[in-house]
Amino acid sequence: MSLHRILIRLELKSSKEHKKRNIAIKLLFTNGPSINTRLLVAVIVSCALLATEHRSQRLDPLRAVLSFFVDPIKYLVDFPSLLLRQTAESINTYAELKKENEDLREQQLVHQTRLLKFAALEKENIRLRALLENSFKLGEQVLVAELLSVKTAPYEHIVLVNKGTRFGVHQQQPVLDANGVVGQVFRALPFSSEIMLITDPNHAIPVQVNRNGLLTIAVGSGQLNRLILPFLPNNADIHPGDLLITSGLGGTFPQGYPVAVVDEFTSQPNKPFANITATPKAHLDRNRELMIVWSNSTPVPLISKPITNENEIKAAADK
Amino acid sequence: MKSRPLPINSTFGYGPVILTIVLAMALRIVSWPIEVAVFNPDWVLLVLIYWSLAIPERVGIFHAWTFGLLTDVLTGRLFGQYALAYSLVIYICLKLHRRLRQFPVIQQALFIFFCLLLSQLLLFLVKNLQHPAQLKATFWLPVLTGTFCWPLVFTALRFVRLTRRLK
Repeated sequence: MSLHRILIRLELKSSKEHKKRNIAIKLLFTNGPSINTRLLVAVIVSCALLATEHRSQRLDPLRAVLSFFVDPIKYLVDFPSLLLRQTAESINTYAELKKENEDLREQQLVHQTRLLKFAALEKENIRLRALLENSFKLGEQVLVAELLSVKTAPYEHIVLVNKGTRFGVHQQQPVLDANGVVGQVFRALPFSSEIMLITDPNHAIPVQVNRNGLLTIAVGSGQLNRLILPFLPNNADIHPGDLLITSGLGGTFPQGYPVAVVDEFTSQPNKPFANITATPKAHLDRNRELMIVWSNSTPVPLISKPITNENEIKAAADK
Repeated sequence: MKSRPLPINSTFGYGPVILTIVLAMALRIVSWPIEVAVFNPDWVLLVLIYWSLAIPERVGIFHAWTFGLLTDVLTGRLFGQYALAYSLVIYICLKLHRRLRQFPVIQQALFIFFCLLLSQLLLFLVKNLQHPAQLKATFWLPVLTGTFCWPLVFTALRFVRLTRRLK
């Protein structure tokens, strides 16, 4: 009898435990909305985000906040190559350093002598523009940024640099290296920014031929050493070897920086436009240091503005 | 996955999950030369799939969505496209996880292939919406390499999971 009772008790106990466990599992799985509802919410929110960002820039603050979590990963990935470079730099021999120093001093001397004339030329330019009743542009400020060796998408020419909105970088700023235009700031995050190179298939830059001022647009080809000039007629005055500089139209790039050298011109008699390609001047695949440019694009008027506003007339009369 | 389901009161936290996903994100953006970069699979999705199959009661759709959003920021895509793709794929994995656990790794890899294909298809659609017809055929290569990488990911993460549970 006692054995029977014990058995029953044991059974009861185990079934109780089983129930408990079942409840626990059920609680775990019925916690919150069902999986279908969750998916629905996730899909709707993602689509809303996609639509919002496709049309406006309103989500930039959210991106900036999320980049606080993600940017450390970029620096983490960049770290090995940084370490490699730094060790390579620190084990240079004395002779190498001395030679490099001499070379740099020589270069500095050459540049200095070139600059001697520059100041006079600048003043002359301003005077000439004043004669033409034109306005002139103020100089540009630059910030040196270093490339992060990170690749976000293989089929796009977008690179990351280590300066962001913390340094005042903002969207659409031109980016240069020592030889020419590199691209423009595509998106600025707090600690890094994405730069679209001029060779990206989605990038176009307004240029002019330095020799004769012929205006056109250079479009990226998707290859790192090639730009395409698709909008010039077959009889255009352009030859291989011509230097293309920024024309300043469009307002993103300041005028007069070298962009590319024309390397091929083939006329297509059966088509309205010639087939022209150019090689970028900037070393897009080699340089680690880039310059982000602040161009002060508000022209300084050299002749005083005519007074039009009534209040201003009053104020002038009071004076 | 032949192992028993995890005990409910296990001390297995989110630490290893987050750590492995961060590692996957780092692998995602490593600067390989361009010839290798076109093969770079979507490591984040592979890791997410593993965890959603192994511990479905802990890694759900919202986790996938959050990490998708972070991947969007990491790779500079339009906001929400990875979030959309990841949450859809993880939904399918969660629905089928009981059956998938019984499969051998090779058979799982076949399933992973279709998951990666779905994700890449969604990315393709969004990309086409932005600027149509500029993608090369190499865009689809990561799906294949991701499938081949699945046994590797599976073994590595299983090792992580088992060692962490023993502690």
